[in-house]
Amino acid sequence: MSSVIQYILYLAVLVILAIPLGAYIKKVMSGEKTFLSRILTPCENAVYKVMRIKKDEQMNWKKYLISVLIFSGIGLVFLFLLQMLQGVLPFNPQGLAGVKWDLSFNTASSFVTNTNWQAYTGESTLSYLTQALGLTVQNFVSAATGIAVLFALIRGFTKVKTDGLGSFWVDMTRIMIHVLIPLNLVIAIALAGGGVIQNLKPAETVSLVEPIAVSADGEIIENADIDVDANTVTVDGQIIDGAQIVTEQFVPMGPAASQVAIKQTGTNGGGYMGVNSAHPLENPNPFTNILEMISLLLIPVALCFTFGMSIKNKKQGVAIFMAMFIMLAIALSIIAVNEQAATPQLAQNGAVDLSMVDQAGGNMEGKETRFGIATSSTWAAYTTAASNGSVNSMHDSYTPLGGMITMLQMQLGEVIFGGVGCGLYGMLAFAILTVFIAGLMVGRTPEFLGKKIEPYEMKWAVLVCLATPIAILVGTGIAAIVPSVPDSLTNTGAHGFSEILYAYSSCGGNNGSAFAGLNANTVFFNVSLGLVMLFVRFLPIIGTLAIAGSLAGKKRIATTAGTLSTTNALFVFLLIFIVLLVGALSFFPALSLGPIAEFFGSIA
Amino acid sequence: MATKAKNTFADKKMFARAIKDSFVKLNPKIQAKNPVMLLVYISAIMTTILWVIALFGIKDAPTGYTLAIAIILWFTVLFANFAEAIAEGRGKAQADALRASRKDVDANKIPSVDKKDQITVVPSALLKKGDIVIVKAGEQIPADGEVIEGAASVDESAITGESAPVIRESGGDRSAVTGGTTVLSDWIIIQVTSEAGESFLDKMIAMVEGAARKKTPNEIALQIFLVAISIIFILVTLSLYTFSVFSADQAGIENPTSVTTLVALLVCLAPTTIGALLSAIGIAGMSRLNQANVLAMSGRAIEAAGDVDILMLDKTGTITLGNRQAYEFIPVAGVTDKELADAAQLSSLADETPEGRSVVILAKEKFGIRERQLSESNMKFIPFTAKTRMSGVDYDGNEIRKGAAQAIKEYIENAGGEFTEECDYIVKTIASQGGTPLVVAKNHKVLGVIHLKDIIKQGVKEKFADLRKMGIKTIMITGDNPMTAAAIAAEAGVDDFLAEATPEGKLNMIRDFQTKGHLVAMTGDGTNDAPALAQADVAVAMNSGTQAAKEAGNMVDLDSSPTKLIDIVRIGKQLLMTRGSLTTFSIANDVAKYFAIIPALFMGLYPGLSALNIMGLHSPLSAILSAIIYNALIIIALIPLALKGVKYRELPAGKLLSRNLLVYGVGGIIAPFIFIKLIDMMLVLFGLA
Repeated sequence: MSSVIQYILYLAVLVILAIPLGAYIKKVMSGEKTFLSRILTPCENAVYKVMRIKKDEQMNWKKYLISVLIFSGIGLVFLFLLQMLQGVLPFNPQGLAGVKWDLSFNTASSFVTNTNWQAYTGESTLSYLTQALGLTVQNFVSAATGIAVLFALIRGFTKVKTDGLGSFWVDMTRIMIHVLIPLNLVIAIALAGGGVIQNLKPAETVSLVEPIAVSADGEIIENADIDVDANTVTVDGQIIDGAQIVTEQFVPMGPAASQVAIKQTGTNGGGYMGVNSAHPLENPNPFTNILEMISLLLIPVALCFTFGMSIKNKKQGVAIFMAMFIMLAIALSIIAVNEQAATPQLAQNGAVDLSMVDQAGGNMEGKETRFGIATSSTWAAYTTAASNGSVNSMHDSYTPLGGMITMLQMQLGEVIFGGVGCGLYGMLAFAILTVFIAGLMVGRTPEFLGKKIEPYEMKWAVLVCLATPIAILVGTGIAAIVPSVPDSLTNTGAHGFSEILYAYSSCGGNNGSAFAGLNANTVFFNVSLGLVMLFVRFLPIIGTLAIAGSLAGKKRIATTAGTLSTTNALFVFLLIFIVLLVGALSFFPALSLGPIAEFFGSIA
Repeated sequence: MATKAKNTFADKKMFARAIKDSFVKLNPKIQAKNPVMLLVYISAIMTTILWVIALFGIKDAPTGYTLAIAIILWFTVLFANFAEAIAEGRGKAQADALRASRKDVDANKIPSVDKKDQITVVPSALLKKGDIVIVKAGEQIPADGEVIEGAASVDESAITGESAPVIRESGGDRSAVTGGTTVLSDWIIIQVTSEAGESFLDKMIAMVEGAARKKTPNEIALQIFLVAISIIFILVTLSLYTFSVFSADQAGIENPTSVTTLVALLVCLAPTTIGALLSAIGIAGMSRLNQANVLAMSGRAIEAAGDVDILMLDKTGTITLGNRQAYEFIPVAGVTDKELADAAQLSSLADETPEGRSVVILAKEKFGIRERQLSESNMKFIPFTAKTRMSGVDYDGNEIRKGAAQAIKEYIENAGGEFTEECDYIVKTIASQGGTPLVVAKNHKVLGVIHLKDIIKQGVKEKFADLRKMGIKTIMITGDNPMTAAAIAAEAGVDDFLAEATPEGKLNMIRDFQTKGHLVAMTGDGTNDAPALAQADVAVAMNSGTQAAKEAGNMVDLDSSPTKLIDIVRIGKQLLMTRGSLTTFSIANDVAKYFAIIPALFMGLYPGLSALNIMGLHSPLSAILSAIIYNALIIIALIPLALKGVKYRELPAGKLLSRNLLVYGVGGIIAPFIFIKLIDMMLVLFGLA
């Protein structure tokens, strides 16, 4: 029972915190006064002055789009060059060399697209300068871009017969100054207080309390008798040749807390450490864990309420929230049940404790003992729902069905809350598809929030919704026949296939979480995954802004009893159904060759 | 119209033509217009080629199996063609009938109205706009035109199917004549308004035949959705091939997935059901409208009819019966109602107006007072004149008069009598209820008042309540004063009314509603209705109306019936509902098809996947064949539904949605499970798989 209470608590705290934040963001974006205005508005105005931003500019959708693309394009090129040249740049106490071109491209695409897929290991590849000036900056602005595009779409719904969607630069400034910076300041301080490291020291070396032995090919030798003085390793009286004794440990240092805060709140997910929030210095204890876990879904949830308030239809915001929340709760339940019940092999003869009481039981492989099943499963559900991608456990080691759900959440196009801003505008595109089908069934040509849905909106809405399936299917489809790919896999058969599918699902959903097990740092993976990330980020942005521009130019249709309600339970159900249907129809064959085959194989 | 085919399938000729057309439509140019079916078409060609290659020994699947798939795919294409052809069938038959009446005739052209005798005979095909022709009894009207002199009865059955002749005369709102109709009596002089090839009849032929059919915006939007889904399925099948190669490679076995099977999977998954029926649904909607004797100038207008949420209805003929009728006798103190009724009936015996007849009938119904023979006693009838504004009867020295309150008041007061306050009160009460008071006096003494009332048509109130449930507001348009209008509006249950309506008033009201985001439908016939018709989203012009009105509208009602608007809305909604429901059905079907095909494909690779074979299909081959046979047959099975349209009810949006979702969504998920299993059992039974 205790873990059920944990699950409910995590969901409840999330929603309770998100509602006021949603109201706050709405006020900020419409230029209303907030309790922080007295301090922050002067900063905002100063930025306008310095950057020569016209505060009341109304961009049409094309200009808004061009601003987004230029801004992201500059970020991409800058980040690419920064990595290539980090060897000759300052703030590199460990003297790390420049990053290879393909990895640089992959990482630059990854951070500009708010994906944070990491084909590198942070602590041993990137200098402090690259981390701070490159990655952290992108963590902020890529998140802000998502919210800005969402607001352009909101204005498309609210405005009538005009083409102005607001100013991208003003939107960015407001989100940065009023939302992301203060929020992350608070979270970073709390995390540092909770024990997450925050310094500028080079990595340290410490002595191990107990030395360990490693075989010639790098595997830890268990049950070994180690004689440090004689430098011999014996197992059952046999001396192991070529075994090495390790007495010291590498301990990474650096400004982690500040980067972890934005990694979570901006649904970025790029860990400071290679193993992300499973690392004890990045996420040391249950307090930092709940803080990081809640903050990773906080803004996406809040934006649902912001949306409702901004379009002056709170019920609509709640309806969209409910659709996402129900899917999240279902996903979480499936993961939790499967991880708790583990596999028949683990359950055999009571080999593993599977109970939910006291000591964490269930499938603990790849999970931290300090977190257990409940917190690991919740994090896994949250991070793949929000296109965050940070992890506190290894999804590769999940049960077939538990792991499948994490994959499926990404394949659905990251619309179960999804990335900041982009999750919601993706979901609104699904809502457009839903009203199209449902609207016809009530004998009307479709409309959503008073705006008619015509061929133009339909064209872009399907592209927004289908960008993710297209990218994942094409990417995985090609990867499956590239001869070098099997060499990157740790596993064979169905699980090996899952590893490839997961990688493309993660990048195709702009999620960035890794299934582990896959060595993705090859030219093929770096380039193909980089292209996938760019495609699924910018095609929906183009589509969303095109829809926003077209909707803003339309008149508003009156609501009557003949109008399809988009706020009631039936619509919520239909929306969920359409999202699941598109996902299921696209991925059922692929999943049945991966996790489903694995599942039936394991119970056979 | 001219011929009303009761049952599409009963007409053998039409059926035979549709079968022939199904093959004619195999022309790639025609196939290219429907992307989803084009996909099936290409798949059919591909599997046929695979079969031919297989005959030479190069194959990845059994030859017979490839042939079977190829044949079923060809049938799928033919079934789709047949659906479209049968939908077009009725229109084509109508068009043939119309063409017969479009024959070239000799026109009697005259230089001007004054020179009626200077006739030059020219073929009707050579008439130009503005030419003046004279048409006499027995002659066919050579071109569309406006009557500029004369009046004649015209047989318009060629276009309306209505055999009773109609009057067409110069001036007023019945001045338009249509080429191809025949003058039965008298003569008229017509100014030609459209040249050969652009006439109303030509437009009508093109419309009913579907030649002028363009895809409507909603059809295009739906097609975008269908194409996008098809593209996803192309990617699903292509990637599935590589996944299969990878998995087989990992397992060290031969790739179990043949190209033929993948093509079959693709066709099964693609939204072929709705793709095949989409254009049939549109044509059938248009055809249903034609059957209601309404001619839409575009498919777009029908869709707009589904969206309409304001109906502007003319009071007379739509909401009320044509004329006022006696409703009640209200006597003054000291007079019994029977006395009043008796006097009223006597005074109305010779009154042939509908109002007069209704007084006689009411007296008979209420009090059993028989209609007396006019010769019964020495009666002298006083007819209504504009001067006296009274009518009545003198008999046996008695004098009965009935008329407007003011007229009777003068009549009584002139004779030294008194028009009582009581009577005045009754008159005012009736007027405030929207009725017309007729005061009856006998020998210069008021007996009482007849309450004449607009009689609301039976069932309209319920109809309007139903429309309101669907979110459609009804607005009554009337020339009555606001007080009368308000009373009738309240009784009929309309949502609003426009009293003392003028053409400008109507136009402003439409604009006003449109700026508030409403879509407005109206009917009109007069030239002065043209601006309002042009402004309205759905504008139905009466065929009896003027040319200007017909041109301003986007539909023409050949019956010139004011209630037609409600039918048009129904047809529009039904069309959209059919489209949505069949799309839902088509996509919901895919769930079952996956469960049939995926285990069949990969059971060899991962035996555990046989757990997904929940239908217990016999073998991989039978599973795939069953799924694709179902996919073809469901098209044929749904043709009647596509033609008839889904069941239409006046319900709020939410209820309509849940009902249609239940039938076509849930039904769409369940049905294929049952039928694919049945087909599989049949295949096994006949030893075909």
